[in-house]
Amino acid sequence: MSIDYNKYEAVIGLEVHAQMLNKSKAFCSDAVEYGASPNTLVSPISLGHPGTLPVHNKEAVKNAVKLGIACGCDIAEHNYYARKNYFYADLPKGYQISQHNTPICENGHIDIKLKDGSKKRVGLIRIHMEEDTGKSMHDQDVFDTLIDYNRAGTALIEMVSHPEMHTGEEAYQFLTEVRKLVRYLGICDGNMEEGSMRCDANVSVRLHGAQEFGVKVEVKNMNSIRNVQRAIDHEIKRQIEAIENGEKIYQETRTFEATKGITIVMRTKEGASDYRYFPEPDLPPLRITQHFIDEVKHLMPQLPKALFAKFTNEYGLSEYDAGVLTESREVAEYFEAILQHTNNTKAAANWVMVQVKGYLNENAIDINDFVLKPAQIAEIILLIDEGKISNSVATQNVFGELINQPEKTALQIAEALNLIQESNSDELQQWIDAAVAKFPEKVIEYKGGKVSLVGLFMGEVMKLSKGKADPKVASQMVKDTLDRA
Amino acid sequence: MDINNEMIDKLADLAKLEFTAEEKEKLKGDLSKITGFIEKLNELNTDHVEPLIFMTNEVNVLRADEVHHPITKEEALKNAPAKDSDYFHVPKFIEK
Repeated sequence: MSIDYNKYEAVIGLEVHAQMLNKSKAFCSDAVEYGASPNTLVSPISLGHPGTLPVHNKEAVKNAVKLGIACGCDIAEHNYYARKNYFYADLPKGYQISQHNTPICENGHIDIKLKDGSKKRVGLIRIHMEEDTGKSMHDQDVFDTLIDYNRAGTALIEMVSHPEMHTGEEAYQFLTEVRKLVRYLGICDGNMEEGSMRCDANVSVRLHGAQEFGVKVEVKNMNSIRNVQRAIDHEIKRQIEAIENGEKIYQETRTFEATKGITIVMRTKEGASDYRYFPEPDLPPLRITQHFIDEVKHLMPQLPKALFAKFTNEYGLSEYDAGVLTESREVAEYFEAILQHTNNTKAAANWVMVQVKGYLNENAIDINDFVLKPAQIAEIILLIDEGKISNSVATQNVFGELINQPEKTALQIAEALNLIQESNSDELQQWIDAAVAKFPEKVIEYKGGKVSLVGLFMGEVMKLSKGKADPKVASQMVKDTLDRA
Repeated sequence: MDINNEMIDKLADLAKLEFTAEEKEKLKGDLSKITGFIEKLNELNTDHVEPLIFMTNEVNVLRADEVHHPITKEEALKNAPAKDSDYFHVPKFIEK
């Protein structure tokens, strides 16, 4: 029996945890550092010793407000912390400090673009602040589980979307946008491989048009955005097949096995978890004033959405180009810096997208470490526009050599390599006369109406000039010469 | 409050503890006494009383994002019942 998958609609909600890029943890001053030697970034507070008192990191609050502003959320004025109680070895206090009833941000949205060109707005339920746990290692010792508390207490933000997505691709685009946003804001490095950004997906399926949601399954342990998409697509298929085969879907947590591309049961939920939330009496309430929000707003960079609009409207770039140039804040800023020195926005866009990004990708270099300053790229563009060097010479010779000698100017490189185009008409005329003299019979054919032969003469001129003839000037002169001949 | 076996089992499960039937009986007595003591508060009418969470009226007690390390790894591990030179050791609880 074949299954009609299109009968069903999947409903997906995502929970994203983002580790804040602060110097110190959320409620104590231990350093935040990935890959440090185990249990060196700890203190009596992060280890949950009795009699210690947490104090909230101001930057962590700012970060949450930044993300809230960027997503168009309502920022809560009155914030209380709560204790979420559960017993687990990587949680030394026996509770996680979180925000339960008063998330710092509510509502808001993430706008996504899909491959077919359609756009969609995914609503957010909330963004709240909490702290991370330590790390458990189960396979390093035969008898015991080993615990490293370096990560315990690191500031986290949890973003919860409405269950409004329907495909793995939508989830993929949602996460891509969230990662772009946190990177632009500089609040999280968005590295899913290292776990500084994590995503749990709640997936259910139902018949199209059904009012009730299907049974929700939580899928965890995806270490890349691509794997989130794969896990969701697999889970949708699994649930539909189970229903079609008359099986029951259980409310459970499943883990994604990336090598096999499948999800497997991790734990079944026997009734709702009992976290016995209660207000955290050790942390006084947090009051976010409009003044604080304005201050934070002032610190925020231009966001990708605003840059995209600026690039398409003001600079007249295509949506595709604007999309590529706003993928990362650094690239967008580099592009804008070039425009400080040239008005040729199209050329600047092309140079960043093709030459600069190509070089960086090929050599696995971060744009922050790129040796050429934006002004140098602008100078190359200027040399091309002035007709001093040809576009091909610029991309094939000058760019590469300038990277080798970044202390020089593009003009110095072009001169040293003898690549300056000849637009001096006396010089050009000599080459043109030589070319015309070389093919007298072709001149006759040209005269007879075969105008395409200009290309042949131009080729000869370029050969004689070793590529230095300015093609624009030269081709006009070739035509003039032939017409006079 | 009437403390029954079901409640004891739930609390034991949340705390990851196990009790014998004898211990459960004893706990039932103890917990009944404790809750009875707290239930005394129900005699008061608190309809228009805001819950008191904090002992002070302070708000926005925040600190600058600065790093300080008051203790070493050795000190951190000092009181752990099971450990090696780098890690805290706990019973294996595999949950992949």
